[in-house]
Amino acid sequence: MNLSNDEVKHIASLAKIGMSEDELKIIGTQLSQILDQFRSLSSLKTDDIEITAHPTSIHTVLRSDEITNSKADKDMLNNAPRKEGDFVRVRPVLE
Amino acid sequence: MTSSDPWSLTISQAHNLLANKQLSAVELTESVIKRIKHTDSKINSFITVTEESALESALNADSILARGEGSLLTGIPFQAKDNICTNGITTTCASKMLENFVPNYDATAVIKLKSKGAVLLGKGNLDEFAMGSSTENSVFFPTKNPHDLNTVPGGSSGGPAASVSAEQCLFSIGSDTGGSVRQPASFCGVVGLKPTYGRVSRYGLVAFASSLDQIGPLTKNVQDSAFVLEAIAGKDPKDSTSNAEDVPAYSDYLDGNVKGIKIGVPKEYFIDGMESDVANTIKTSIKTMEELGAEISEVSLPHTSHALAVYYIIAPAEASSNLSRYDGVKFGYSDLDSTDVWAALEKTRQHGFGPEVKRRILLGTYALSSGYYDAYYLKAQQVRSLIRQDFVKVFNDVDIVIAPSTPTVAFPLGDKISDPVQMYLNDIFTIPANIAGIPAISIPAGLIKNMPIGMQLMGPHHSEETLLRVSYAYEQAANHGFLKPSIQE
Repeated sequence: MNLSNDEVKHIASLAKIGMSEDELKIIGTQLSQILDQFRSLSSLKTDDIEITAHPTSIHTVLRSDEITNSKADKDMLNNAPRKEGDFVRVRPVLE
Repeated sequence: MTSSDPWSLTISQAHNLLANKQLSAVELTESVIKRIKHTDSKINSFITVTEESALESALNADSILARGEGSLLTGIPFQAKDNICTNGITTTCASKMLENFVPNYDATAVIKLKSKGAVLLGKGNLDEFAMGSSTENSVFFPTKNPHDLNTVPGGSSGGPAASVSAEQCLFSIGSDTGGSVRQPASFCGVVGLKPTYGRVSRYGLVAFASSLDQIGPLTKNVQDSAFVLEAIAGKDPKDSTSNAEDVPAYSDYLDGNVKGIKIGVPKEYFIDGMESDVANTIKTSIKTMEELGAEISEVSLPHTSHALAVYYIIAPAEASSNLSRYDGVKFGYSDLDSTDVWAALEKTRQHGFGPEVKRRILLGTYALSSGYYDAYYLKAQQVRSLIRQDFVKVFNDVDIVIAPSTPTVAFPLGDKISDPVQMYLNDIFTIPANIAGIPAISIPAGLIKNMPIGMQLMGPHHSEETLLRVSYAYEQAANHGFLKPSIQE
């Protein structure tokens, strides 16, 4: 199958990844080639097959609601690309 | 080089010398660091070498050993793949996105190794965010295969595999999502183990595909693999998917005896298009097992040919979700020029991620998007059940299965990097174990035209002791020893 330029653009916008026109073209072709490899799956009858979301049978793990040290320290803040005082600086989200 | 250079030791050899005070941990670490300095300009297995803190840890190990205390790993130097968080040491995932990211905590596997006195030497190169099979997707540099500098070491744990092969460390830890420990182990001639899903805590391993990722050891031999697994395995409250089962003393199972062990040889792993030398080498190794008293039979895992498609839907789908956290706000690369919040987000991800990572995020986003979810993601999860059931059925009849780790030996640098489909095909034999969550180990089966090839042993959930036992028996019988590359200092 061949993904159209608009389809690739739509996926990129869902994934919030900017793309130049050249990138769109290359990645569109590559994604189409990869998706072709998936076609074999449609030959399998799976109507009654349960899904496996996880390889081992695990159940919801609960813990007691106790306060522990979350280690939110200065070292962590140092990783922020933009900061002001003890705060992470963000771009305005409200107009 | 002399045979007594400390860098050339295995874990047990080094431990004996350390315990008998014939070698100090500082001497061992100094020797290994010297080895790194002499060889890594050719191999490029390290992204970061932490010489100063390594020597401090070694000094500390010496004082523990002087008190007659410590463990098997006290004073033993290791490398950690650079997607495993290390407190105060950059953890880059070989990505521009995390080039300057300094975690303020250690991954649980690292804490466990440090608590046993192991010495962290630095961080190993990888394909960006562990996505790739050649380590050519590292934003910094490709790693070279110590057995032939013109070929790839495999990936994504190319740094950890090459560093053990070139004896720049006594062991390393990598991560395996679709073969990323076993495939480079096969290419570099070392032992690489992917434990049962949940056996080792994933806390502090930068998430790629959470239902597939596992941390595993890369070592010079099987015994060392058992030692390292013993140290890093176990339940961790910080990873709710980690398993509470007791951790056996894996090394106690290495008795060289495989009499009566039932080994299945899945016919789907000997396919057209694979190198005939590879199939022949593995078949010879299987014969060795038979001579040792193992019972060999042919088995079938009929859905094997669909594993690649299942993997390249599920792994990118999970990755597209996991990697949505890289938004350039709280940490990591950020496009500082944009004032608009959406433009900044799109530009941060456009320039922070490399081509393969973007390809997989888009692939995963597509598979999860409205209108395609059922046909791709849901379908893949159903076929995942079929692949799991294949293994469940086969393990009713045999204890373990044996197959090649990879369809070829290491390929030349640059050979497949521009063709993602060809690159993905490298993982066809390693992917099924991740899909089923079962443990699998790659051990050297020999050399083909001077290049190593790995044999893969897979078993049911929590059968690591059997895998290690059979691997050890084979290793002793095959007696080719550690496959030393001819790398010159």
